[in-house]
Amino acid sequence: MQTFDLEAQGLRALNSTLHAQAENTNQTTWEIINPKGSHAIAVGLDAPIEVNVKGSTGYYCAGMNKQATVHVHGSAGPGTAENMMSGTVIVEGDASQYAGATGHGGTLIIKGNASSRCGISMKGIDIIVHGNIGHMSAFMAQSGNIVVCGDAGDALGDSCYEARFFVRGTVKSLGADCVEKEMRPEHIAILEELLERGGCDAKASEFKRYGSARNLYNFDVDNAAAY
Amino acid sequence: MKDFDAKGIPHTTPRQSATFTQDANSDIRRAAATGIYDIRGGGAKRKVPSFDDLLFLGASISRYPLEGYREKCGTDVKLGTRFAQNPIELDIPITIAGMSFGALSGPAKEALGRGANAAGTSTTTGDGGMTPEERGHSSKLVYQYLPSRYGMNPDDLRKADAIEIVVGQGAKPGGGGMLLGQKISDRVAEMRNLPKGIDQRSSCRHPDWTGPDDLEIKILELREITGWKVPIYVKVAGARPYFDTTLAVKAGADVVVLDGMQGGTAATQDVFIEHVGQPTLACIRPAVRALQDLGMHREVQLVVSGGIRSGADVAKAMALGADAVAIGTAALIALGDNDPKWEAEYNELGTTAGAYDDWHEGMDPAGITTQDPELMKRFDPIEGGRRLKNYLKVLTLEAQTIARACGKNHMHNLEPEDLVALTMEAAAMAQVPLAGTDWYPGKPNTSY
Ligand SMILES: Cc1cc2nc3c(=O)[nH]c(=O)nc-3n(C[C@H](O)[C@H](O)[C@H](O)COP(=O)(O)O)c2cc1C
Repeated sequence: MQTFDLEAQGLRALNSTLHAQAENTNQTTWEIINPKGSHAIAVGLDAPIEVNVKGSTGYYCAGMNKQATVHVHGSAGPGTAENMMSGTVIVEGDASQYAGATGHGGTLIIKGNASSRCGISMKGIDIIVHGNIGHMSAFMAQSGNIVVCGDAGDALGDSCYEARFFVRGTVKSLGADCVEKEMRPEHIAILEELLERGGCDAKASEFKRYGSARNLYNFDVDNAAAY
Repeated sequence: MKDFDAKGIPHTTPRQSATFTQDANSDIRRAAATGIYDIRGGGAKRKVPSFDDLLFLGASISRYPLEGYREKCGTDVKLGTRFAQNPIELDIPITIAGMSFGALSGPAKEALGRGANAAGTSTTTGDGGMTPEERGHSSKLVYQYLPSRYGMNPDDLRKADAIEIVVGQGAKPGGGGMLLGQKISDRVAEMRNLPKGIDQRSSCRHPDWTGPDDLEIKILELREITGWKVPIYVKVAGARPYFDTTLAVKAGADVVVLDGMQGGTAATQDVFIEHVGQPTLACIRPAVRALQDLGMHREVQLVVSGGIRSGADVAKAMALGADAVAIGTAALIALGDNDPKWEAEYNELGTTAGAYDDWHEGMDPAGITTQDPELMKRFDPIEGGRRLKNYLKVLTLEAQTIARACGKNHMHNLEPEDLVALTMEAAAMAQVPLAGTDWYPGKPNTSY
């Protein structure tokens, strides 16, 4: 295992070292100490490595991640795993606003709660939250899945497209064009796999599914109030 | 028409209202028939104070000119010298503005790349991501980072020669975009991760940052991902140019792109295009003053766009302090957009060459702003590229002609002192004297 002291060695050295890891690197496990809430930790990675951040992170930790597993042993600031393409990001604590924003793929697991706008404009990522998520989550979400083992705040899934949301607890309110949908066997199967991937101790049958009513897909003057 | 009524009393001359004009009335009838605002492409069509209201003084006894064909007048420009390891080096100070694949066809994007390459300048992606045609045919490609993040991915980010964070566009400061379902082909849908045939809204605000402090961190993230190699531009609409420029520079931008209200768009509400934002002319001096106040003029480069048509416009923008300009609409016209040769088809669409702006409907007779495979065939990217190259050359020659006449051996030596204004408005906005006077409104230390 390689240890990197962020405070001593600096952000530029950290990211360029991690970027230098090729597909077949033998330095597959990294530990970052003294993150102290720094921004842009382990961004733009593109190798099958494991990065353990020993503490809390600032903005955009693991932004645009590909292939790598980034594990934050603390809480994470805004925009964690934003625009992730593949790989896995795990946050042991809570995640601030816009977690997983615009993510195209991969898995984001948040063991605590996620703040507002979790999964905003997501484009294929899977986000699994053990706790609650804040208001305006999944705004304009395009595709992918969000699993919430706790409750969801106001305006879940406003103006969403084809993304799916599974919530175990209550939903304070649904956003425009977001509706509760039937849980068919294929959805149960998808959810079971997600719960397992996220290490969640919950049963798929306890969840409800939400998604787009598809009424805002093409402009219709009778829906003008919703625009 | 009868001159007298039944009682022999003369009718007054029928009088059209200056308020309820034929245009305004047709808008009302259209609204009453549809119940939805009018969406169109292009920029503000209303007349606003512009570069046409400025003139160059040329040389005189105290300023001598340079010889047209013998003495050099440099046109090269370096963008992104502040932080980037690899600034963009252009032969001419005219770049191609960001126009989305989706709004434009693949071959149109290819033509922009071919033309820009041949002229030694850069092109810019747009909403919807980077296409292989565009990357392949543009030796210098600026990758836009937009609120929608359609097609955004780190591989393309690292293929870019510069990154442009789009905060706003002059046609619609504070507005997002809209690509109507009819333009969403399989390819466009796939690039944007959305179903085919549905209206695609582009958000007006970035999903993961708000305000200048966040922007600074976002720029840090993008630099870390791309290893501090390429310049980062910030594009703002001509709304509050002094503050937006100041904040962009403070957030760490290498280049500020400033787009005035005449700037084109692929599709937005007409009411937005015509009523929000400031004319390009009004935006340049405040932006330059912001750079000067920060000691950053020429350190952070300023690229101005919105209504640039001729070499005179290029020279005027640069004399007011811009380092370069960007063109959108003019480049499309050079490719063949709105060409009178399609007049019969424009008439079928209820319009006429020069006024066609329903680019969002995807039925462009010139085959440029469409995804329809049949219409696209009408456009030849090689010929289009050649035409764009010619046009860029002419813009450059024209701008050089003016600069030489003003005695400048480089375009960047043009200065406000070379200009006068024809109207009070233009004098106030450009802060150059009204022709025939040594005064402009707001000039400090004048006693009138
Ligand atoms: C068809 C078309 C598509 C455009 N798409 C984008 C875009 O995706 N992103 C962007 O920042 N600006 C876009 N713009 C605006 C241009 O980048 C530029 O600001 C503007 O065209 C400059 O003004 P001009 O058209 O008068 O030259 C678009 C403009 C046009 C005409």
